Amino acid sequence: MKSLLATLALTTALTLPGLAMARPVTLTTTLNNYGGDGAYLALYVTDASGAYVGSLWMAGDKSKYYEHLSDWYRATGGDTAQVNGITGASVGAGRSLEITLDLADALFDAGYTLHIDAAVEDMRDSPNEVAVPLTSDGAGTPVTGRRYIANFSYDM
Amino acid sequence: MIRTLHRWPGLLALALVTILSLSGAALSVFPAVERITAPQVETGLTVATLVDGIQAVYPGVEQIRRSPSGRITAYWFDQGAPGAAVIDPATGAGVASADPNQALRWLTNLHRSLFLGDGGRITMAAGAAAMLVLSLSGAVLVARRAGGWRNWFAPLRGPLAGRLHVEIARIAVIGLVLSSTTALWMTASTFDLLPDGGAIPAMPTEVSGETGFPLDQMATLLQTPVAELRELSFPYPGDATDVFTLKTDRGTGYLDQGTGALVAWADLTGWERVSETIYMLHTGQGAATLGLVLGMMALGVPAMGVTGVLIWLAGRRGRPRIRGNQPAGRAETILLVGSEGGSTWGFAATLHAALTAAGRSVHVGPMSGFAPERYARAERIIVLAATYGDGAAPASAKGFLDRMNASAPAPDIQMAVLGFGDRSFPAYCAFAKAVTAAAQAKGWAELMPLDTIDRQSPQDFARWGRALGEALGIPLDLAHQPVLPRTETLTLVSRRNYGAETQAAAAILRFALPRTPLWQRLTGAGFARFQAGDLIGVLPKGSAVPRLYSLASGRRDGFVEIVVRKHPGGLASGQLTALEPGDTVTAFLRRNPGFHAGRGRTPLILIGAGTGIGPLAGFIRGNARQRPIHLFFGMRHADSDFFYGEEMPDWQAEGRLTRAITAVSRGARRSYVQDALRGEAGQVADLIRNGARVMVCGGRDMAMGVTDALTEILAPVGLTPAVLKAEGRYVEDVY
Repeated sequence: MKSLLATLALTTALTLPGLAMARPVTLTTTLNNYGGDGAYLALYVTDASGAYVGSLWMAGDKSKYYEHLSDWYRATGGDTAQVNGITGASVGAGRSLEITLDLADALFDAGYTLHIDAAVEDMRDSPNEVAVPLTSDGAGTPVTGRRYIANFSYDM
Repeated sequence: MIRTLHRWPGLLALALVTILSLSGAALSVFPAVERITAPQVETGLTVATLVDGIQAVYPGVEQIRRSPSGRITAYWFDQGAPGAAVIDPATGAGVASADPNQALRWLTNLHRSLFLGDGGRITMAAGAAAMLVLSLSGAVLVARRAGGWRNWFAPLRGPLAGRLHVEIARIAVIGLVLSSTTALWMTASTFDLLPDGGAIPAMPTEVSGETGFPLDQMATLLQTPVAELRELSFPYPGDATDVFTLKTDRGTGYLDQGTGALVAWADLTGWERVSETIYMLHTGQGAATLGLVLGMMALGVPAMGVTGVLIWLAGRRGRPRIRGNQPAGRAETILLVGSEGGSTWGFAATLHAALTAAGRSVHVGPMSGFAPERYARAERIIVLAATYGDGAAPASAKGFLDRMNASAPAPDIQMAVLGFGDRSFPAYCAFAKAVTAAAQAKGWAELMPLDTIDRQSPQDFARWGRALGEALGIPLDLAHQPVLPRTETLTLVSRRNYGAETQAAAAILRFALPRTPLWQRLTGAGFARFQAGDLIGVLPKGSAVPRLYSLASGRRDGFVEIVVRKHPGGLASGQLTALEPGDTVTAFLRRNPGFHAGRGRTPLILIGAGTGIGPLAGFIRGNARQRPIHLFFGMRHADSDFFYGEEMPDWQAEGRLTRAITAVSRGARRSYVQDALRGEAGQVADLIRNGARVMVCGGRDMAMGVTDALTEILAPVGLTPAVLKAEGRYVEDVY
C-alpha cells in the first residue's frame, strides 16, 4: 500500500497511463439547468482520513476563480500544478462532462472518496457538491449533487 | 503620425468599440439599481447580529455574501433542497430572489467575450486597447487643434461633424481612458498574467473539535461591522473539524466553531487590493455613481464613431488621385502640399491638371518631402499650405520649416506660397505666413506674393490662378469645386432694385423655397434647413465655378434671399442682377456655422457695408426674442444704397433692432462704417466688455478697417479683436 501511495504521490493526477495496475474509468457529470454561466468543477480524491490525495480533472481554466471551489482550494492551497494537463473548459448549465482516465486499481475499495466542488459566477459556491466512495460495486450508480449536478457516475 | 494612429484603429475597431461601449453603458445601470433596491443596513449592525438573525430564519444556512452595493444574499439547504434569497438585514428574512439577472448575464457575456469564450475575451481586450489608443491619440489631436492643453475647452469652429467629434471627445476621454485601462488590467488578471490571486490562510492543524458556539457571541463577528463583510461560509453540519470562513474588506480568516476563536488570518495582498479597486472602477460595483458617469461617457463612443467616419470620408473625398505626376528630379514646377484633412490636395490636383494641360511638367508632393537638392530642373516651387489649429504645421508639412531653414536657397528657383484657411480662426493662414517669412529670410526668389484662400473658396482659387497664369505667361483657368454638392433650381419671386445713384446696379433678390424631398427634410440636408449667415453657391451659366453669397433669410422666413451688386465684368453678379421674377438660377446650400447669430441673449454688434448687410438683416428679421442688436451699416449713397431701409423702422418698433447707425461714403459728409464705430466708441467698448458678440460682413478692406477701429476702441478696456476672435466673440464673413 505504501509503495502504491508513493506512486500516486508521484503522479498527482492519480492516473497511470499504460500501466497494468490501472484501468480506464469514465466519469460522467451532468448538470441541471441552474440558470447561470458555465460551472467550474473540481474532481479530486481524498483518502479514508479525509486528506487530499490528488486531482482527477478541473473544468474551468481561469485559476483566479479556483478559490470558489473552496474545499479543493483549501486542500491544495490553490496550487495549479495539481491540475496541470488535466484542465478543460467550464461546463454549461444542462450540459454533460465526460472524461475517461486510467485510474490506479488501488484507488478502488480502499476507502478513497471522489469529491466534486462546483461554483458558478454570481451564484452559490458548492464545495463537496458530490462525495462518492470509490468502490467496484458503486460503479455505474448515479448520484445526485447538492445544487448543480443532476447526476454523476463512474463506469469501469 | 498621431492622426494615422487615431484613424486606423478607429475605423478598424469601430464595430468592436461600439459594442463595448453600448453594452458597457447598459451594464453601468445595474450597480446603481442594485444600490437603490438593496435593503440597507442600519449603521452599527455587526456581522454577529446579522448572521445570528439569518440563521434563526434559515437554520440550514451555508453561506452569506454581501455585494459591494450592500446587498446581502444567503444560501441554505432546507431538508436537502438548496435555497437562496436576498436578505433584509433588519429581520434576517429573505425579501427577493437571488437568482442571477438574465439580462445582466447576457450583457456581461456580450461585453466581455461576445459569447465566444477566451477568443472573444481577447478580441474584446483588443477592442479596449484600440479604445485606449484612440483616446490618447485623440487627446493629443484635440490639444493640437486647440493650440495647447491649456485650451482644452476652447470654443470650436469648423464643420459640424468635426466639432461634435471633439465636443464629445474632450468630455468623454477621461472615462474612456479609465474604462479601457481597467478593462485591460482585468483581462490580464483573468488570464493569470498578474500576481493578484487571493491569499488564504493555512488551514489550522488543531481545532477544538467542539461545535455549537453561539454565533452572536463570536468576538471576531462582534467586532466586524456588516459594511466590511464580504462572505461568511459555515462549516459542514456534523464535521467538527471544519471551521467558519470569514472574508472581509481586510482579509480572510477561520473561526473555530467550538470556541468562536479566530484560528487563522491572512490580509489581502497589495495586488489584490489594486485589482479590487480596478474592478470597482470598471464595473461601478461599489461605486454606482461613478459607474453611471462612465456609462454616460461610453455612450459618446458610437456618436464619435459616426462623426469620425464622416470626417474621414470628407477627407477622402477631397483627396483625388493625381494622374501623370512627374518625378521631382524632372519637373519644372514643384507643387508642395501642406494639408491636414486632405482638402488642399484637391486644389493641388486641379492646379497640377491645369499646368500639365498647359504643357508644363509638374511634380506634386507633401511639404514634408521638401528637398531642393533633388529639384534638378525646377524653375519654381509653389507651396499650397493649410494651417492646423493655432498656426501649427498641418500633417503633411511636418518638418518643412526645419528643412527650409537648414537648406540653402536655389538661385534658379522662384517660390510662391498660397495659404488655405478659415478667416473665422484667429490664426488665419498663420502657417502659410510663417513659410513666406522663412522663405524671405533665407533669400528665396519670390514668384508671387503670398495669397490666401478662405474656406476653400473656388473664386479665391480661380482669381489666384489667373494671377499665376499671368506670372507664367500662360492662360490658367482653375475650376475647382472641393465637394460637388447637390444643386437645386431656385425661382426668383421678387426683386428690389438699388444702386441707381452710384451707377452700380444692386438688388435684393428673393427666391421661392425649392421643393425639398422627404429624405432631406428628415436629415436636414440641402435647403431643408438653413439660416441667415449660411451661404448659397450660385453656378452661373457658362462656368463650373460657383460663387458664394451670404443668405439674408432662414428657412423659417419661407424664402431664400440674397443681396447682390453687379460687378463690372462679373459673370454671376451680372446674371443675377438681370433676373426677372419667374427666372431661375442653379444653386446649392453651403452651411456656414461660424457665422450664425446663435440662440443666446447676449447683445450683438452687427457691422456691415454694402451688400454685406444681407446676413445681418437676416439676423435682425429673425430676432423675435428681442435680443439687443446694434447695427452699424455703411453705404455709398443714402438714397439708393440703403438696403432694407424700409424695414428698419418696423424692426426697431418691434424690438428686433435696438439701434441702427449708418455711415454714407459718398455724400456731403464722407464717412465709413469704421468712422461710425469710432463715433460710438464708448458704447461699443461697454457692450463688448459686457459680453456682446461682434459680427462683421462685407469686403476685405472694410473688415480690416473695422478691425483697426475696434483695436483702438478696445485698447482702454484691455481687450483686442484677436482675444475676442479666440473666444468666438468676433466673427467675420468677408469676401
